[in-house]
Formats: sequence, structure tokens, C-alpha cells
Amino acid sequence: MCLAIPMRVTEIEGNLGHVESAGIKMTIALDLVDDVRPGDFVIVHAGFAITRLSAEEAEENLAFLQRLSETESP
Amino acid sequence: VNERLKEQAQTLLRRLEAWNGKPLTFMEVCGTHTVSAARSGLHASLPRHIKLISGPGCPVCVTHVGYIDHAIALAGHQGITIATFGDLMRVPGSSRANESPSSLVQAQAKGADIRVVYSAMEALKMAEKTKPKEVVFLSVGFETTTPTIASTILLAAAQNIENLSVLTANKTIINALKLLGTSTENRIDGFLCPGHVSVIIGADAYRELPEQNAIACAIAGFEPIEMLRAIVALTEQIADQQPAVVNCYEGAVRAEGNPRARELMNRVFESCDSEWRGLGRIPESGLKLRRQYRRFDAAYRFDVSIPDPEEPVGCRCGEVLRGLITPQQCSLFGKGCTPEAPRGACMVSSEGSCAAHYHYAGNRSRRL
Repeated sequence: MCLAIPMRVTEIEGNLGHVESAGIKMTIALDLVDDVRPGDFVIVHAGFAITRLSAEEAEENLAFLQRLSETESP
Repeated sequence: VNERLKEQAQTLLRRLEAWNGKPLTFMEVCGTHTVSAARSGLHASLPRHIKLISGPGCPVCVTHVGYIDHAIALAGHQGITIATFGDLMRVPGSSRANESPSSLVQAQAKGADIRVVYSAMEALKMAEKTKPKEVVFLSVGFETTTPTIASTILLAAAQNIENLSVLTANKTIINALKLLGTSTENRIDGFLCPGHVSVIIGADAYRELPEQNAIACAIAGFEPIEMLRAIVALTEQIADQQPAVVNCYEGAVRAEGNPRARELMNRVFESCDSEWRGLGRIPESGLKLRRQYRRFDAAYRFDVSIPDPEEPVGCRCGEVLRGLITPQQCSLFGKGCTPEAPRGACMVSSEGSCAAHYHYAGNRSRRL
């Protein structure tokens, strides 16, 4: 349930951020993080960004999730 | 898996093979770790004298039977819509001989208005749209999730939304770890600390475990290789006789965590004792709404009668959650209890130990 996914911020409107990852687009709340800018990666959990992520960490994490979804899903 | 990762894994495993002290038991407390380890065959890859067990890392699995009963009672209340994370839908409440539903999905089949949402914010939007119908959001989760619920309640307060409330069973991880770490029934040498909970509480939050109880801690990312790195970090702390908190998920976790998220959480919630499935009542291990937000508390707002909770007969989730038995050692596993017809919470949630073992049974002998 604490599954959270790194997504890239494409646009910011007030305290809402438009984010995307692998073709999935979402609008999330930015209330829990400071100083997020378009282009940043954030970890998204239950509709909120819970932290910013280094680009390197984001890539590793996404590759992992990709592999999870390639095999049989539980 | 690419060659570079395979090589790294071999190097890390050789370092573990080199350990020649007492047998070690490490516990992970994160549903995503449970799934990642079961799926990748991490358990079978570890040397014989190093064991990785699963603890109470899935908030759905530790949600008490009485809470589910309370939610079902609210769902039966006229004019209430229940909004919940999907994971909770099939978690068994008390099993009763009569016709009353024992899970939310059964209550829904009998006509209760129960909707699955992805976030607390969605429940708030639902309340705005269906005013004045009451919407009760089932507020479960560890520190990863609770700030998102706090933020939603603050918004509801600011917008004077009066028909939204929450039923709280939010948990905090540290005191549960202390209880497990000092328990005599299962000697745990170190914790593989949960990645996303740590994003919020920070690496420093675990410090009392090594400092007061000499338990090693390492915060791990979710790749099997990242978990392996953390296991090596734990083993080396023990070899050096210097238990500490090692952060192996540095890109996301800072020493101080996310202070802003914690500030919002603390504005709305305060610490309380909490009932854990399988672990019992743990002091200061839960969160309840502060007095000034009591109007958002569904338990305070709606007077429903809830019969005494009854645990499912034969279910050994409690021992699984404490790491005392493996899921396969429960006589219901795969027979009376499957993901399609679960008896215990650990089989319901896709991140539960039993479900992970069930789905990836074929991977048990596989190696990284």
C-alpha cells in the first residue's frame, strides 16, 4: 500500500502538479513538498508528491517497476 | 537482468558468504520489499546462515478485525458512503455464524454504498459532489500515507466541507519495530527499513533502535539488488559490532525525512495506542485526530454498535506478521485460504506475505 512511483513534473499550477511516467499522465497535489519545478522527478503516493527524487534514482526505480509489470502480476 | 547487475549481486553475495559468525535473522517491514523478495528469489539466494523474514510492513495486513467491523457497521448506516483504498475491500472482519457481511466487498454486494478511491483527496471531491450525503474515508496507512490524509482534512476544514469524515487506524512504525526487536520469541538482528515510510520519517527516526537496543538498521530501496546491498550493510554492522542506521536509499531518503509532511501530519493527528492484527495493542503506535479536528472523526460523529471482534478460526496471520512462521507453515495456506477466497489479511493484500508466497511459489528456489 505504500507503493509509490517516480514521475516527472511537466507543469505546475498553484499547488497542483501535472506529472507523467511511461505515457501515464496525472494531476497530483504538491502540498507535501517544497520547491518543485517542471522537469523534476517526484515520488507519487496516493495522489501526492511525497518527495523530490534525484534523476538517477528515478531511472533505477522506473526500470524496476517496468520489470515488475513485465512478469505475471499478483 | 543485465550482466552488470548480476555481477554486483555475485560480489554482494560473496561478502555475505564470508560471514562466519552466528546465524543472522533480518526482518523487512515493507509490502513492496515482501513482493520484490518473493518475486526475485532473494530468499533462496542468501547463504544458509542469513535469513530474511517478513514483518508487519503492510498496513492492510495489520488492520485489526474490529476496525473492519466498525467500517462495515458504518457502511450499513443509512445515508453513508464509504470511500476506501481498494486493498481493504476483501480484508476479513469478524467471521460470524449469521448472515451479516464479514468484509466490505460482502457489504457492498448486500447494497451498501462503498466506493474505491485512489486517494483521500478523491473522497473529498466525492463529498463536495454528493453534498449533503455523508462520505466516510477509511483512513489506514503508515507514515507514507497519513500526511496525504492530513492534507485532505486541512483542505476540508478550509473549505468548510461538513459531510466528510474519516475512520482512523493509522499506524506508526517505530514502536512496532522496538517491540519486535526486543521480543524474546524471535531474535531479530537487524531491520531492513521501509523505503517510502523513511522518505517521511527520515533515517534519524530509527536511531534509538541501534543506540538503545543494539539492533542494526538499513534503509533499502526496492530493487532486489538494493535490498541485497542493505543486507550486506546490516551484516557488516554486526561484524564490526557497530549497530547504526545505514541509508541505502539515499536518492529519496534524507536524515531528517520530509519535515513539511510531518508538520502537516502533526497538525491534524496525535499519537495514540493502537491495536495491530497479530501484534496486539502497542503503546504510541497509532495516530488519531486531534481534538480540534474531531468533527472529521467518523467514530465520534456516528453512533453505531459494533459487536466484540472475533478473529478468523485457524488463521495464523499473527504469527506470520511477527515472523515466527512462514506462510506455508499455516495449515490454511493454499487450502482454506487463497487470494481468491482469503481467510486472513496477509492473503488479501497483494503485498501481504501469504499472497506474495502464494503468487511466487515457483520462484522460491530461484536465485538472483
